[in-house]
Amino acid sequence: MENWKQNPRVFWTLGIPPSVWLLAFFIIPLGFLFVMSFSDKAIVDGQVSITGYDYLTGFTNYIRAFDPLYLGIMWKSVWISALATALCLLTAYPIAFGICFAKDKWKPLLLLLVVLPFWINLLIRTYALIAVFRTQGYLNKILGWVGLGPYEMLYNNFAVVFGLVYVYMPFMVLPLYATIERLDKSYLEASLDLGGSQFQTFMRVTVPLTMPGIVSGVILVFIPCLGSFLTPDLLGGANALMIGNVIERQFKAANDWPFGAALSFLLMYATFGALALRYLFSLRSKGVDV
Amino acid sequence: MSDAIVSIRNVTKAFPGGVTAVDNVSLDIAQNEFFALLGPSGCGKTTLRRMISGLETPTSGQIVIGGEDMAFTPPNKRPTNMVFQSYAVFPHMTVEQNVGYGLKVTGVATDEIRRRVGEALDMVKLTALAARKPDQMSGGQRQRVALARALVKRPKVLLLDEPLSALDAKLRDDMRMELTRLQETVGITFIIVTHDQDEALSMASRIAVMDKGAVQQVATPAELYEHPRSRFVADFIGKVNLIDARVHRQIGRKIDCELKGVGRMELASDGLVGGQVAVAVRPEKLKIAIAEPASAIRVQGRVRDVAYYGDTSHVVIEAADGLDLSVNVQNDTRLGGSGVERGQTVWVHWAPEDSIVLTE
Repeated sequence: MENWKQNPRVFWTLGIPPSVWLLAFFIIPLGFLFVMSFSDKAIVDGQVSITGYDYLTGFTNYIRAFDPLYLGIMWKSVWISALATALCLLTAYPIAFGICFAKDKWKPLLLLLVVLPFWINLLIRTYALIAVFRTQGYLNKILGWVGLGPYEMLYNNFAVVFGLVYVYMPFMVLPLYATIERLDKSYLEASLDLGGSQFQTFMRVTVPLTMPGIVSGVILVFIPCLGSFLTPDLLGGANALMIGNVIERQFKAANDWPFGAALSFLLMYATFGALALRYLFSLRSKGVDV
Repeated sequence: MSDAIVSIRNVTKAFPGGVTAVDNVSLDIAQNEFFALLGPSGCGKTTLRRMISGLETPTSGQIVIGGEDMAFTPPNKRPTNMVFQSYAVFPHMTVEQNVGYGLKVTGVATDEIRRRVGEALDMVKLTALAARKPDQMSGGQRQRVALARALVKRPKVLLLDEPLSALDAKLRDDMRMELTRLQETVGITFIIVTHDQDEALSMASRIAVMDKGAVQQVATPAELYEHPRSRFVADFIGKVNLIDARVHRQIGRKIDCELKGVGRMELASDGLVGGQVAVAVRPEKLKIAIAEPASAIRVQGRVRDVAYYGDTSHVVIEAADGLDLSVNVQNDTRLGGSGVERGQTVWVHWAPEDSIVLTE
């Protein structure tokens, strides 16, 4: 297919339905939330209305978001996500490498095993993790046999980080696998041939040449981690709130849509920031095709 | 050979799954030699090359480089360096960093790295491009980076994998001369691994022809061409007419034999009596005559095809018994051309000493 100017009919036939869909169910609601984030709840007869709003009243919601309480949660969300992403990278790299060097007939099966958990509902997987980690859980039972524990492993930051690593692992493995698989192995052989040790070859050749995969994986894991709310909600309990939980509570329990909308947009700007970093990186690393 | 820099002794490599890539190969490669491992794809030359550089371990046998057994020496500790067919120039480093890589990872001092990288770049005439990244360079330039990167390590042996195959015709000639010149200047043993006979014949001082994991013949280019020891070598190196022959009797150092489609004659050989042999004659050794020649070996046939190549014409002549003979005719006058045309009946003749009797 050349381009849309040569095939206008094909272009419009294929292009209009998804565009309408996207406009009706994504852009317009998002626009509505954007307006909402600059609005306030209406006061009717001296009482805060449940459903009415005074639109476009100003920046009060954003100002409220910069309260140290929310900034603290925002900051904590960032470092928990960063830690989870880093752990994901450290675990996924050897997995992806292993799959690439496995026999060809095993590769599809191994990749399937990586993706398989995805086909199981997140809620069920998270409850399964709870069953493993709770005080009377399987892990503590096994530790009990060797005279250890029981330990409190749930409802803390550790549990949240572990849960996030577990949930988002495939997002890291797959892009890494794709780049390592494409990596010309003669670069590694050349490095060894020139006197580089296995470790030097890894650090100076393998890592730089698989950087595109690393960057994609980091972005793909970091962004959903930052916005996650189910994992911290179930595994973190009251002690490990992330920004996603705060947003969820504004929309539901607190019934404060304007403030929830403002927090949502702040989170989105943070995400854009991460994507901008990626773009800057791809400009810098010319030569390695990103 | 006592001054062998690389000594391959009874090396066999069998891969799991029952493929024996290299089968009991023994070779001695001398100091300062320009050696070629030549063979069709799948002949085991690449596996042998990988075993010399340490990327593969022999199943049995011994590889000795510079007097030391390499059995337990990993690739990064061997005195060999390699120019890969794909060049494998690191895309994330500049030319300078690429060339300096092998020195940096082995802890050579920064000053010395700079000096030696400078010398190496000078040697391959890339000094002006030192700061370039590989994606801003042509294939030929990248190859010279790969060469400099290997030579800067001052290896005892430089291995080159199909060094000319990725270059276009004009560059091939330049690179061939450059490699020969470099080899003479640096005085390092070069081993090229190739499937391209031109590459091997034009550069190497000695060639090992490999087939099915075994070395068929080791000889100088001229010896391989004029004195091949087997049908395979005769056929693989250059073009050849292979004529089946039946040996009747042995007379001293000669055989009395019947060439299919040509006739009975005596040829120099200690061939087996009663056996089936092949007689090989190179196309340029055959002559075409219109009138019946006086030559001892002559055969009449019809011209089936004439292909014009400028300096030569390749003529195919159909003789009796389904025998096809290829003859290369020098177009040594402007107006004469090949002197024959399709469908013409002509005589083909050659001197008995230009026949090679092959028993294998």
